[in-house]
Amino acid sequence: MMSIWIHEESKVLIQGITGKQGTFHGTMMDEYRTNVVGGVTPGKGGQIVELPNKNVPVFNSVSEGLEETDADVSVIYVPARFAAAAIIEAADAFEEKGGGIIVCITEGIPILDMIRAVARVDGYPNVRLIGPNCPGIITPGDEGGCKVGIMPGFIHAKGRIGIVSKSGTLTYEAVAQTMSVNEGQSTCVGIGGDPVNGTGFIDCLAAFEADPQTEAIVMIGEIGGSAEEEAAEWAANNMSKPIVGFVAGSTAPPGKRMGHAGAIISGGKGTAEEKFVAFEKAGIYVARDPSEIGNVLVKALKDAGLR
Amino acid sequence: MFRGVIDMNIHEYQGKILFKQAGVKVQNGIHCKTVIDALSAYDNLGSKVVAVKSQIHAGGRGKGNLYDPKTGDLVMEGGVKIAFSREEVKKYASNIIGRKLVTKQTGPEGKIVNNLYVESGCAIAHEYYLALLVDREAKSILIMASTEGGVDIEEVAENTPEAIHKIWTHPTDGLDVKDAEEMADKLGLTGDSKNDLVSMLLSLSNMFVEKDCSMIEINPLVRSESGEMIALDAKVSFDDNASYRHPWMDEMRDHSEEEEVEIRAHEHGLSYVKLDGNIGCLVNGAGLAMASMDVIKLYGGEPANFLDIGGGATRESITTAFGIILEDENVEGILVNIFGGIIQCDMVARSVIEASNELGLKVPLVVRFSGTNHVEGKLVLDNCDLDVHTSSTLSEGAAKIVQLTRGDK
Repeated sequence: MMSIWIHEESKVLIQGITGKQGTFHGTMMDEYRTNVVGGVTPGKGGQIVELPNKNVPVFNSVSEGLEETDADVSVIYVPARFAAAAIIEAADAFEEKGGGIIVCITEGIPILDMIRAVARVDGYPNVRLIGPNCPGIITPGDEGGCKVGIMPGFIHAKGRIGIVSKSGTLTYEAVAQTMSVNEGQSTCVGIGGDPVNGTGFIDCLAAFEADPQTEAIVMIGEIGGSAEEEAAEWAANNMSKPIVGFVAGSTAPPGKRMGHAGAIISGGKGTAEEKFVAFEKAGIYVARDPSEIGNVLVKALKDAGLR
Repeated sequence: MFRGVIDMNIHEYQGKILFKQAGVKVQNGIHCKTVIDALSAYDNLGSKVVAVKSQIHAGGRGKGNLYDPKTGDLVMEGGVKIAFSREEVKKYASNIIGRKLVTKQTGPEGKIVNNLYVESGCAIAHEYYLALLVDREAKSILIMASTEGGVDIEEVAENTPEAIHKIWTHPTDGLDVKDAEEMADKLGLTGDSKNDLVSMLLSLSNMFVEKDCSMIEINPLVRSESGEMIALDAKVSFDDNASYRHPWMDEMRDHSEEEEVEIRAHEHGLSYVKLDGNIGCLVNGAGLAMASMDVIKLYGGEPANFLDIGGGATRESITTAFGIILEDENVEGILVNIFGGIIQCDMVARSVIEASNELGLKVPLVVRFSGTNHVEGKLVLDNCDLDVHTSSTLSEGAAKIVQLTRGDK
């Protein structure tokens, strides 16, 4: 068994641990048996945060935290105006250490901040950014698991389906759909709904293809941009494992941002229909109704001789 | 909590103030609110020929038509006029101020013109197109220009994509002068015109970053007969997520140009977009909210709105959300779709009951709960006096609300 990027034993640092969001979600992560090893809040180093299963130390900087805890993952719950700086700080620290995973949950980060932050991360081949504006990433284990983000842990179970999605609650819907047909998940990645972000669909598909635990993938896109089309084309040439796809926003009007900064049809481009067509062309199993993802997944698994 | 996903647009005359500050060449012009203003602007500009330009937050003004907002009668064709005399300024200004301008981008309802810009005329040798925007795939700022200016750029992109030239700025170092020079060459500019364009591109890319723009579009950018490169138009929008570091944005905001209800929703942490259908939706999460609309349509209904209550929803924000949905006279039924994560379904259930009682809900209501505390949430609804239908899946809920709004109860 494997999973992608985070594993049951991954050591997780929380940036913004003493803030309201950081403490709340740190608690939920710990309850799910995530191995939270510490937190970072500048100026609060030396403090202790009490989590349900253990007390963890607070550090002044990510590099100090990594030195003391040897964390593999850092999750960011800091307000939007400080989030890009938090990403850059984590990226520099992980680069120094030799690599790591940064998960940024924060919504509403200025887009030009993200361009700078992503450019920094992209300069470090061993550092990966997931998000921002996303639910995070979760690898369900035998008992609890590694939950790095804000998703409800209890809806998941360990299994063989990899999930990648731009959306939060729609990812939960996809998880529930796999559960409804008695399938668990290897890893679920929310890549976020911002126009400029870190990890994309293709990164996730490539990792799922290489992961022995993952046997099929559910991919959830939405209107805006062309990441789904590019992923579909890539999948047609590189994926042996079956993919089930859904795209949200068939009924979205052009020129309006639908909640996510990146969810906009502009100049007639980025429609759900284009993306569905690209999926079909690439041999991806399409669900037009998210409530059908489970049934379509069963068909995909049967066709592949996996059920 | 303020969730910023709305771009902030400004008027052309405001964009040109910023251009001037940034060192981008523009014609002299004066912002006017009345016909008298327009006449004194004409006197002050000292240019025999002037452009009289409607100011609204939508493109296609030149090819738009002005209508009397009361009678709906056509008043004048074209929202941007060239006046060759004081009399013509008076005539055009009178036809514009207070009228409804309908363009390709405003939709049939149009926009009332409250602002006018009177600008010195310009002897044009050639019209170009120039735009700066965020390229989400390249993850940097894209500068796009074409020798085919003054026309619908989407048509150029469709028919002759090779006529659109592109360069990108560096994420941290900004625009490379060599790239700017290459762009000038591609547009066939030489001498002073080339120097003008290079300096304009550097100024605009700096302004884009300094002011947190999400788009700058100049159509047309012109080469004057004397070879100067002048921005004859200015369409500028900003990233609202960055407004905290730009207090001046508030002063430039024209609330009359923004959708009041979308702004109100925004202030309550809600993300709302009105649509034309009859089934109101209240959902947590943007993706799930879109998917809910899609499934309503799949089952033969028409969604009345997009509404994401967000992860931090409270009783108050849910009541506001209900109020906003019910303000829409087309709404004949409501689908609530919640996948509880941080949000607990029983809290939503109590809020829904409270809001329904407070607002005197008269249309059918279907609620679908899943995730955190969905069992408790359903129990709360089952034990209340409200006529509410519950379902456990999205498709079941969508099918139910479509059936109920069709009248086959």
